[in-house]
Amino acid sequence: MKLRQGQFSFLPDLTDDDIRVQAQYAIDNGWAVSVEYTDDPHPRNTYWEMWGHPMFDNRDAAAVVFEVNECRKEHGGKYIRVIAFDASPGWESMRMGFIVNRPAQEPGFRLVRQEGAGRVVRYTIESYAAREPEGARYA
Amino acid sequence: MSKDTGPAPVTHVDLTASFEESGVRDVLRELDEALIGLAPVKSRIRETAALLLVDKARQQMGLATGTPTLHMSFTGNPGTGKTTVALKMADLLHRLGYVRKGHLVTVTRDDLVGQYIGHTAPKTKEVLKKAMGGVLFLDEAYYLYRPENERDYGQEAIEILLQVMENNRDDLVVILAGYPDRMDRFFASNPGFRSRIAHHIEFPDYSDAELLQISETMLAQQSYALDPQARAAMAEYITTRRAQPHFANARSVRNALDRARLRQANRLFNEAKGPIDAATLSTITEADIRASRVFRGGLDVERGPQRTAAA
Repeated sequence: MKLRQGQFSFLPDLTDDDIRVQAQYAIDNGWAVSVEYTDDPHPRNTYWEMWGHPMFDNRDAAAVVFEVNECRKEHGGKYIRVIAFDASPGWESMRMGFIVNRPAQEPGFRLVRQEGAGRVVRYTIESYAAREPEGARYA
Repeated sequence: MSKDTGPAPVTHVDLTASFEESGVRDVLRELDEALIGLAPVKSRIRETAALLLVDKARQQMGLATGTPTLHMSFTGNPGTGKTTVALKMADLLHRLGYVRKGHLVTVTRDDLVGQYIGHTAPKTKEVLKKAMGGVLFLDEAYYLYRPENERDYGQEAIEILLQVMENNRDDLVVILAGYPDRMDRFFASNPGFRSRIAHHIEFPDYSDAELLQISETMLAQQSYALDPQARAAMAEYITTRRAQPHFANARSVRNALDRARLRQANRLFNEAKGPIDAATLSTITEADIRASRVFRGGLDVERGPQRTAAA
């Protein structure tokens, strides 16, 4: 099951050139671009591991593509995304976020039902991958 | 860059038109006007610009080869205008479309090399990322290589630099700069650099007449002027200063002028009896220049025990 999170996730995988153009758009708007990775694909997992610092002083997106490729070397079997943070007053939040790398096998999610008092059923989802301990989730 | 997305294949290229369009003419004219002397440097830059323009035209016609190697080395004595030319070069490459942003990032050894194991690589990469899309100007490049210390972290920075110079040729242009003799030794011990650098540009020393002209241009930029006697004194100053140690061409001249302005201000302050006009405020006289310690034998005399007023 292909994970559909963030921008462009219903499009074919982005090429390096696509990443460069999108990141350049963010830089031209004055947003700080950074690269993050994770092996926990749960949609409510907001805080991914940072790959280096946000790139505040870079004027050209080639640096972002360079970092994405560096991150792929180390964490090629995990999810990697590029995010753009807008620090301007009133926003102080992410403006963009898109996945640029995903594991070869994405096992998807299972539905978990929890029976509560009075025959109440609570539903949640759990990634099949997240059953394995951290670091052993994807090949 | 995809070449096959263009419209119809181009069969003719108007070099004059692309010369005008790209704004290269403006950069070259600026270079001619802003910089005095440096004839060999200017002609090398004009040649490089022509080469890049022709390369661009060839690319449009499908005669393309890859991105040409644009890394350069600037060698010359202190104060011969290496940094200034590097700025212009970044602008030129930007207008020709060989770098995307055209900014200049100036660094020295300290910005690349870390203090502990594992500190150097991230530091160097950080700098390289900042320079992407522009030009990285590495001043006094030979300090990176310290043969007397085999554990020196400079070697690590060199390796990363070489790797990026090779793999990210589309993303950044590296200019190494330094004094000629030490640069030669640096290249001799790091053959990887020599082979990756296509353009070696040498900056000659300025002649005395050129330095005098430079000093007048510098003053004019700040709305100052030399009176005729001061001009003669300045010419003599330049000849005398050149013979003394630590002579740094245009930089020495700039420092001398800064001190002359200081003395002029002091003189006006002490002499002023009433209102003074703009001409007085902006004229440097002979006394302002003659007071320099250069006329009294230079730095070494000044360091003597009975130190007089600061020159």
